[in-house]
Amino acid sequence: MRSLFPPVDWSLFFGELVSGLTLGSIYALIALGYTMVYGILKLLNFAHGDVYMVGAFIAFFVLQWLGGPISPAVTGWLAIAIMFAVAMLGCGALGVGIERFAYRPLRNAPRIAPLISALGVSIFLQNSALLLWGPQFRDYNTFDLIGVKSYSIGKNFFISNIQILTIAASIGLMIVLTLLVSRTRAGKAMRATSFDREAAEMMGISVDRVISFTFFVGSALAAAGGVMFGIVFGQIFSLMGFTAGLKGFTAAVVGGIGSIPGAMLGGFLIGLTEAFSTGYLPGGSTYANLYVFALLIAMFLIRPSGLLGSPVIRKV
Amino acid sequence: MPDGQLGGPGLPEGAPELPDAVDRPRVGTDEWVAQVEERREAGKGLTGLVARGWERVPAPGRLLLLLGPFAVFPFITNEGNLFRYGLITLIYALLALGLNIVVGFAGLLDLGYVAFFGFGAYLYGIMASGHSGHHLQAEIAIPIVVVASALVGLLLGLTSWRLLGDYLAIVTLFFLQAFVIFVNNANGGPSDFSYPFVGRVDLTGGANGLDRIDPLNFFGFKISTTEGYYFYTLIALALVMTMLYFVNSSRTGRAWRALREDPLAAEAMSTPVNRLKLLAFMFGAATAGFTGTIFGAVQSGAFPGDYDVGLLITIYAIVILGGLGSLGGVVIGALIVNGAPELLRSSANARFLFYGVLVLALLVAMRPWYRPLVVLVGTIAFGFAVHAIVGAAWSRGTAGHIEGGGALGRGLEHWVLLPTHPGRIAGWAYFGLIVAALALTMVRGWWRVLVLIPTLYLASFVWENKLVEQVSGATRLILLGALLVVIMNARPSGIFGTARVEVA
Repeated sequence: MRSLFPPVDWSLFFGELVSGLTLGSIYALIALGYTMVYGILKLLNFAHGDVYMVGAFIAFFVLQWLGGPISPAVTGWLAIAIMFAVAMLGCGALGVGIERFAYRPLRNAPRIAPLISALGVSIFLQNSALLLWGPQFRDYNTFDLIGVKSYSIGKNFFISNIQILTIAASIGLMIVLTLLVSRTRAGKAMRATSFDREAAEMMGISVDRVISFTFFVGSALAAAGGVMFGIVFGQIFSLMGFTAGLKGFTAAVVGGIGSIPGAMLGGFLIGLTEAFSTGYLPGGSTYANLYVFALLIAMFLIRPSGLLGSPVIRKV
Repeated sequence: MPDGQLGGPGLPEGAPELPDAVDRPRVGTDEWVAQVEERREAGKGLTGLVARGWERVPAPGRLLLLLGPFAVFPFITNEGNLFRYGLITLIYALLALGLNIVVGFAGLLDLGYVAFFGFGAYLYGIMASGHSGHHLQAEIAIPIVVVASALVGLLLGLTSWRLLGDYLAIVTLFFLQAFVIFVNNANGGPSDFSYPFVGRVDLTGGANGLDRIDPLNFFGFKISTTEGYYFYTLIALALVMTMLYFVNSSRTGRAWRALREDPLAAEAMSTPVNRLKLLAFMFGAATAGFTGTIFGAVQSGAFPGDYDVGLLITIYAIVILGGLGSLGGVVIGALIVNGAPELLRSSANARFLFYGVLVLALLVAMRPWYRPLVVLVGTIAFGFAVHAIVGAAWSRGTAGHIEGGGALGRGLEHWVLLPTHPGRIAGWAYFGLIVAALALTMVRGWWRVLVLIPTLYLASFVWENKLVEQVSGATRLILLGALLVVIMNARPSGIFGTARVEVA
C-alpha cells in the first residue's frame, strides 16, 4: 500500500528554493524602483521594466568592449564589476532623462496623462531596442567569463557561485539603499518629499532634485537587476523588460507599494511563487506567470495595501 | 423679494459690500469655469470657424458627415485597399469607441482592453469554425460572445472596486498578458492544463492559432465579400456611435464624467461609483468582444500575436489622438493611426510622408512665418555642406544608394549621408537624435532654430539609414510611442478632446 504522504523530493524542493531566491532578488531590485517612484510621485513608471532591459544591454556591450567573455582584457570578476558600474550609471542617467522629459511637465496634469506618457516611453524604449539591437538573443557566456562552480550542503542542497553572487549582491544593494534612505541627508529629503511634497518644498527642499535623485537610484537598481539576469540566465533579448517589469510591479504591490522593505519581501515572494509553481503546480512550466497573476489578484482582494504597506487614506 | 436686497441703494452708507456683488471677483468660482464662453469664442481664423460650424450641425448631421465618406469609399477603390484602409480602420474605430467608454468617459485606465477583442474572436472561433467542429449561426453566436465578454469584463471590473487608478492599470495589463499566455498554450498539448471532467482540450490551437473560422452567417445569409464585411462594420459603427451618443448625454454618461473628474467627490454626492465602474467595464468589454467576432470572421482565424501590446498601443493612440471622451474624434484618430502606417508600408510613400510631415509640422508649429523658412533653407544648405565635406574626406560615407526612391530619392542621394555600411554609425546617430530632440525642448527663440537645423538633418540621416528598414514594425511603434508622450505633454486631452476643468 502506498503511503498517504509520498517521500518528499528534497533535491527538487531545494532546487526550486534556490532558483526562487535568485529570481526573487532580481524582482526585488526592480520592485524597489517602482516603490520608490510611487512613494514620491504616486506615479506608476511603466518604463521601468524597459530601463531594466537597457541595463542588461549596456552591460553586454561593455563586456564586448572589454574583449568578450572568452578573452576579457581584465579578470572575470573585475569585468563583472565594471559591467555593473557602467550599466547602473547609464540607466540612472536614462531614468533621470525620462523623468525630466516625459513626467515632469505632467506633474499637475490629470492623473491619467502621466500614465499614458509612461506607456509611450515604454513602447518607445522597447522598440528602439528592437530596431537597434534586433530581436535575437544575446549571450553573456558567464560560463567562460568566471567559470561556474557548484557547492553542495548535504546531498540535496546545491547552489552555484553565480547564484550566491546574485543573492548576495542584491541583498548588499538593499542594505546600501536602506542606509541611504534612513541615514543620509538625501534620504531624509526623500522621505520628507514622499510624506508631503508641498510641505517639503516650503521647508527648502529642492523637490525636483529629490525626484531626479529617486529616479536615478531606482533606475540604477533596475539596471543591476538586468545585469544579474544576464549573468544568471546567460541570455538577454530586447523584449525581456515587459514581463519583468510586470512582475517587479507585482512584487512591489504584494509587499505594499511605497514601502522599501515591502518591495524586497514581495520580490522574494514572487520569485519563490514562480519557482515553486513551476516545480509543483499543474501546467506550471508554461503557466507560472498565471499563478503569479493569481497571487496578485488574491493580494488585492485580501489586503489591498500589501503585506507591509499602510492603508491608504484618501484626502479630498 | 424686497428690492435693493443685492447691493445698491438699500444698503446703509459705509456697509461692507456683499461678497457676490456683480463687479467683484467671486469667491469660490473657478476662473477656468468662468471663462468658458470666452474660450469657446476665442478660436480665431479658419480653425475657430470650423470648430464653431461643427458645433452648430445637429448630431445626426455630424454622424452623416463623419461616416458618409466611408459609405462612398468602396465604390471608388479596389478590394485590397478597401480591406487595408477601409475595413481595418472601421474595426479600429469600433475598438477605440469601446475603449473610449472605459478610459474617456469613466476615466479608468484599462490596459487589458485588447484581451476582450481577442476573447471575442476566440470564443466565436470556438463556437463556429472547422477547427473546433461546431458551426453555430452568427445570430446565436454573437449575442453569446457579447454577453460572455461583458461578464468577463464584469469580473475584471470587480478588481476596480478596491483599486485606485494606477493599480487597476497594472492588473489589467497583467490580465492581457495572462490572456496571451493562455491562448498561446491552451492547445491540449502535454504542457497544458488538464481540466476537471473533460481532461485536456484543444481550445485555442496554441501558437498556430485557431484556424478555419466560419464567415458570419445570419439566418442562412452568409457575408462572404470584403465589401459585405465593410458595410456590416460600418452599420455597426454607426449604431454603436448613436447608442454611445445617447448614453453619453444620459444620466449614466454624466455620472461617468463625474467619476472621471473626481471619484471621491462623485462618491460624496452619492453617485454609485462601483456600479458605474462595472458598467463602464462591461460596455467596453462587450464592444471589444463584438468587434472581435468581426475580426475573427474576416481573418477566418484567431492568432495570439494579433492581440498583444502592439495593438493596445495602437488603440490607445487612436483614442488619445481623437481626444478622450470624443466620439467623432475616434473615427478621425483611427483614420490617421491606421492610414498613416499603411502608407508607410512602401518605403517610397513612407519617404514622402516623412518629409511632408516634417515640413508641415515646421510650418504649423513655428511662429512667426519666416522662422520655418530660415530653418528649411538652413537645413538644406547644412546638408549639402556636410555631404560635400564628408564626401571629400571619407568617400564611402556617401556611396550608398536609395532603392526605388524616384526623383525625391535621387535628390536625397546628393544631400543626406548614405554610408555603405551604416550599422553602428546609424545606431549612434539615433541616440544622438533623441538627445538633440530633447535638447530642443529646453531652448527658446533663435537658439531653437539653431539646434533645429542639425536635428532635422540628423533625423533624415537616421530615417534613411535605419528607420526606413522596419517601417511597418519597430519604426511604427516607435513613432506611436513618441506620439503618445508628445501629445500628453502638449495637450493632455488629445487633439479633438475638450479641455477639462482643472481644479488645482
